Amino acid sequence: MEFVAKIFSMAIAAIFVQNFVLARFLGLCPYIGVSKKLDSALGMGMAVIFVMTMASTFTWLIQTYLLVPFKIEFLQTIAFILTIASLVQLVEMVIQKTAPALYKALGVFLPLITTNCAVLGVAILNINEKFSFIEAILNGFFAGLGFTLVLLLMAGIREKLDKAELPKSMKGMPIAMIVAGCMALAFFGFAGLKI
Amino acid sequence: MTIILYSIGTLGVLGLIYGLGLAFASKKFHVHVDPKIEEINEILPGVNCGACGHPGCSAYAEAVVLKNEDIDKCAPGGDEVIKHIAEIMGMEASSADKKIAVIHCQSGGKNNTFFRYKYQGIATCKAAILISGGPNLCNYGCVYQNDCIAACKFDAIHLNDNGMRIVDKEKCTGCSACVVACPRNLIELVSSKKRVHVLCTSHDKGAVSRKLCGNKTACIGCMLCLKKCPKDAIEMQDNLAVINYDKCINCGLCADVCPTSAIFDPLKEVRAKKKAEAKAKAEAAKKKLEEKENNVSKEV
Repeated sequence: MEFVAKIFSMAIAAIFVQNFVLARFLGLCPYIGVSKKLDSALGMGMAVIFVMTMASTFTWLIQTYLLVPFKIEFLQTIAFILTIASLVQLVEMVIQKTAPALYKALGVFLPLITTNCAVLGVAILNINEKFSFIEAILNGFFAGLGFTLVLLLMAGIREKLDKAELPKSMKGMPIAMIVAGCMALAFFGFAGLKI
Repeated sequence: MTIILYSIGTLGVLGLIYGLGLAFASKKFHVHVDPKIEEINEILPGVNCGACGHPGCSAYAEAVVLKNEDIDKCAPGGDEVIKHIAEIMGMEASSADKKIAVIHCQSGGKNNTFFRYKYQGIATCKAAILISGGPNLCNYGCVYQNDCIAACKFDAIHLNDNGMRIVDKEKCTGCSACVVACPRNLIELVSSKKRVHVLCTSHDKGAVSRKLCGNKTACIGCMLCLKKCPKDAIEMQDNLAVINYDKCINCGLCADVCPTSAIFDPLKEVRAKKKAEAKAKAEAAKKKLEEKENNVSKEV
């Protein structure tokens, strides 16, 4: 029971309180770039969830069974980036094969997950927080979930805003920035949440 | 020392495993792409101008191969690209009618524009026309801030000594970037085979447009061209003669008859010269004949 409670609090923390985009400000590029349409935002979110979960799994294994025994923890960043890049490449191939429409919609942002700091961020956080293997995987999954949630909210708002009557100078990116700011403020409301 | 070896070994092994994994995956998840798409994409100019109606060159290449899109849509590429695409697709090339930009105004230079005030604001036409109808007196004419030149991706519009914009017919690809850029809608894409153009866009009444045009070449709506045209290719639209290019046969009679030279035909002067020469010749012959007759009558 204690384990379940811990997982639950971890989920709340990763999704709301310490949301990767709006509280830690990681992964802002796809947050602004891929949030124009709901379908592509959903696709991107799914890809990020997958990559984050896989990255958490592999980087934890590499950290525990390669870097720590050989005492070469200073190679953490390089080894993690290498792992994440390979994973993203794999995801890209799979998506291109199975869902060409999604592949086109994601466009350049798919390879950009490679250098998405949110993915590297979750991998390094897992190590810093001294999570166990299962916890690390779940944390990666929840972080991806939080990212997807925010991305979807943003895409929904921006789709509505597309049809709204805005001053010309506010259309597109400027209003997106303001919306992003408002959402970050709203998510700060979760900061007081104690579990 | 051991740390260096460990580092190299660990990262090397990791890299090797990932590399092999990806190589295997790329075989397993290989997607067959029609090589024709890639070939056509390479031939296309790659400027992504959108003249074909697709978001970019690669989208057009895909549409040609997969959706049987017409192969003559690429304006910047011209005949050459059409020929190459036809070769790749195994089709007959139909020579597309190349369209080039024509600026329908002869004013707008340093010496041939009447200015309402001296404009010193942001150097774009779009900004200039906002201030009490633009710096030049004619409300329809060119405002001399060269948005069209800035819009042109092919370096096809140049300034001459007088600061007039001259379209380079060789370089112009008909991509319509300048047509969109001109806030006065002075630029039109016309088939390069058409030679005769009305170089005025003023819808003012004759007396007004004549007064406002710094080049003195405004269309005054006298309708002489309309009466002269053998093909009924000219229409009046609000005091402005407009050539219907579908009917125009480049005869240039309208340019000859136009009292203000608002209609431009590059061959007009050549034709006038020829006419004058013929007239002079005829007169000389007549004189000779008269002299001969005089001599004959004297002798008699």
